[in-house]
Amino acid sequence: MSEGPATASGPTAPAIEGIKLSRAFGGVQALAGASFSARRGEVHALVGENGAGKSTLIKILGGRLRADAGEVRLAGGTVELDSPDAAHRHGVWTVFQELTLLPWMTVAENLLIRREPRGAFRLIDRARMAKEADAVLAGLGIHNIDPRGLVEDLSLAQQQIVEIVRVIVQDPDILLLDEPTSSLGENEVEWLFGLIRDLSSRNKCIIFTSHRWKEITDVADRITIFRNGGELGTFTEIDENRAVTLMTGQQVDALYPERPALEAARPLLEARALNGPGVSGVSLTLRRGEILGVGGLAGHGHRELFFSLFGAAPTTGGEILVNESKVRISNPHDAIGLGIALVPEDRKTEGLILPMSVGTNLTLAILPQLSALGVIRGGHEGRAALNMVGKLKIRTPGLRNPVHQLSGGNQQKVLLARWLLADSHIVLLYDVTRGVDVATKHEIYELMTSLAREGRAVLFYSSDAEELAHLSHRVLVMREGRIAAELAAPGITAEDIVSAAVREATSIVG
Amino acid sequence: MSAEAAIERRRTRRLTHFLAQNVGLVLALAMLVMAVVLYGAAYWIEQTALPGMFELTSTVNNTMALVLCGMGQAFVVVTRGLDLSVGGVMDLANALAAVHIKDSVGSMVGWSLAILAIGALLGLVNGLLVAVGRLQPILVTLATLSIYQGLAIRVLPQPGGSIPPVYSSVLVNPNWPTALVYVLVVALIWYAFRRSSLGVSIFALGNDEQAARANGIDTVRAQIAAFTLSGLMSAAAGLFLAATATAGDATTGNGFTLSSIVAVVLGGMNLFGGRGSGVGVIAGAFVTTMIVNILFFSNIDPLYQSFYEGLFLVIAVVLGALISRLMRRRSR
Repeated sequence: MSEGPATASGPTAPAIEGIKLSRAFGGVQALAGASFSARRGEVHALVGENGAGKSTLIKILGGRLRADAGEVRLAGGTVELDSPDAAHRHGVWTVFQELTLLPWMTVAENLLIRREPRGAFRLIDRARMAKEADAVLAGLGIHNIDPRGLVEDLSLAQQQIVEIVRVIVQDPDILLLDEPTSSLGENEVEWLFGLIRDLSSRNKCIIFTSHRWKEITDVADRITIFRNGGELGTFTEIDENRAVTLMTGQQVDALYPERPALEAARPLLEARALNGPGVSGVSLTLRRGEILGVGGLAGHGHRELFFSLFGAAPTTGGEILVNESKVRISNPHDAIGLGIALVPEDRKTEGLILPMSVGTNLTLAILPQLSALGVIRGGHEGRAALNMVGKLKIRTPGLRNPVHQLSGGNQQKVLLARWLLADSHIVLLYDVTRGVDVATKHEIYELMTSLAREGRAVLFYSSDAEELAHLSHRVLVMREGRIAAELAAPGITAEDIVSAAVREATSIVG
Repeated sequence: MSAEAAIERRRTRRLTHFLAQNVGLVLALAMLVMAVVLYGAAYWIEQTALPGMFELTSTVNNTMALVLCGMGQAFVVVTRGLDLSVGGVMDLANALAAVHIKDSVGSMVGWSLAILAIGALLGLVNGLLVAVGRLQPILVTLATLSIYQGLAIRVLPQPGGSIPPVYSSVLVNPNWPTALVYVLVVALIWYAFRRSSLGVSIFALGNDEQAARANGIDTVRAQIAAFTLSGLMSAAAGLFLAATATAGDATTGNGFTLSSIVAVVLGGMNLFGGRGSGVGVIAGAFVTTMIVNILFFSNIDPLYQSFYEGLFLVIAVVLGALISRLMRRRSR
């Protein structure tokens, strides 16, 4: 390699460098000659929209993907990281965005995979394995994860923690984390940042991606911004608006649109003393044109509440009213019939049928209207879907492309569009902006306010307290399955929401 | 919650964890107990006596082939695959044994090892086609099933040949249930497999191929190994079949492809891979044999035997699914 800057070496060289890295998937250029470097002892954030190339870069640095062109250098020397194992040998460890845990194996088996303690005849000693896992978890201040339990039975946040712990125990020199906080609550994020600060104080190099600006500025020493597969520069000091402008290539005046005016309208959805697994005695009223936020730490019953309002989780008591009359919702079909829509966090397993086309996914809820004698009329399907793609600015090559080809934010929009097509009046949004880039977030916010303006009612849960504070007319904070506080606009702050949520709350870590 | 309380709660949950994680195994064992009781009852009604050593011996001897090929099938099912060539490998092993195994110790040991090696090789071919050729396991093994059956017919066109009596009495002693030792050996093989790197790799592959690879596991190697083990176990099953029949028939293995799957299912293994116990499969194999025995003593017309077998299978699967769902919900 004769190109590129002269090879530096010794203690002054960056811990890890990517030089003019390129990588294409099919026809899409995910990385186009991006360069990047990070030093020892620093926490380095990579920011950019979804599809800007951050994850691809992380995968290349972590040995999970090979670059089409360019090179990776460690401490100044070029290295071939052609497998995760090769990266591990160089002390480079990655917490990937998509979890790499094995669901039907125990936490201990996952934590110690390929490093299992051996007993007689070199067979794996399971009792010792559980004990070692116990010690590892306790040593990192985690008490509510049982190493003998199956990963499948853990919450998303707990799984993410196991994923992080698994890498931390390897004592990495260079730690790569791809959106490690997207499924964590505030306490868990603090725990993670504690670990990160500790590592950086021990002269390790930490590189992470996040869409939450506050976290980035909290913990990162330097920030590199990516757009369209290339880097736009590395900053030690940059304000959010400037960063967003760089990331999106356009001016986003205000991330949060103004709340629509709220009139004294009739209630559209009411819950009275709703009980069920994880939900105890929740009452709420959602009015026409209202955006009602629900906040609180992960695992405090929001999910159960949303799913029971949609008929996808059981209730054991209480009643639900739609349009001021009592209704029975025992499955999602009932809910859809009553004009209730749910957009869940895990769009992959709970909302979209990934291998099927964008068009089919869009029109799934209105198939009966589009069908004649049970046969779907293709033309109608296409027209309805096409309208929505334009309206919501869904970036897809075409209606016939399978949904899994779209980026996360656009998948989320497909799901939203499905319910708009179905003319649902009550829209339940469950953490829809998690892991979604800032520009798409802005579009989703715009969409939420326009839904409210049209006279629909929006109930939304978010793990991002800022979002709740800026968009909601009112915020209900849940703690241990109950409504612990109600905050009303104007004057809601993220701090209010968080402090109402953490009061006496338990968490996975600590 | 304090750390001490958390640890205490964890202890009490350990048993629930074990039960929840091994629902399939527990159910398979429970089913075996039920089958034995039913069999005893049917036998008593018919003979006004309890089954004794002779019945135990013949049951164990008759089940050995299914235990072995069921275990082979289990290795593949864990990877989320299916090996339909099990019966073909058994046919070929059976035919080779009947033609070649002669009365000398050298011939018996030598040919047994050779046949096991051939079985492993046939499994290896399946594994290479599936893992390296990236083909569907069902397609590959459906094709190799026919090929292996064809080879078996080629080796032994007509039923015949012979198995030395000594060979038969070592593998399936008609007077004593010595074959129980082999059942124990098969269980130990599973125990060791589950605690080996290979076991971890094969189970990880069945859990999630992508995640397994991200953990640095060579999934191609694991898949090839699973099919090779299946071929090896099926060849051993073929040898037992020959020993039981004391002669060879190149078609007797055919039915075992399906019954090996039945044993795996009754053994509580998940056909979607990554979950299940080989010990359960052993129990499943015995339950399969016991059902036939129970039907025999219940004076059910042999014409309807497969009808009742199927009925029993459906009931067992439905009940198993219901109970395991309940238990898992409890443990959460």
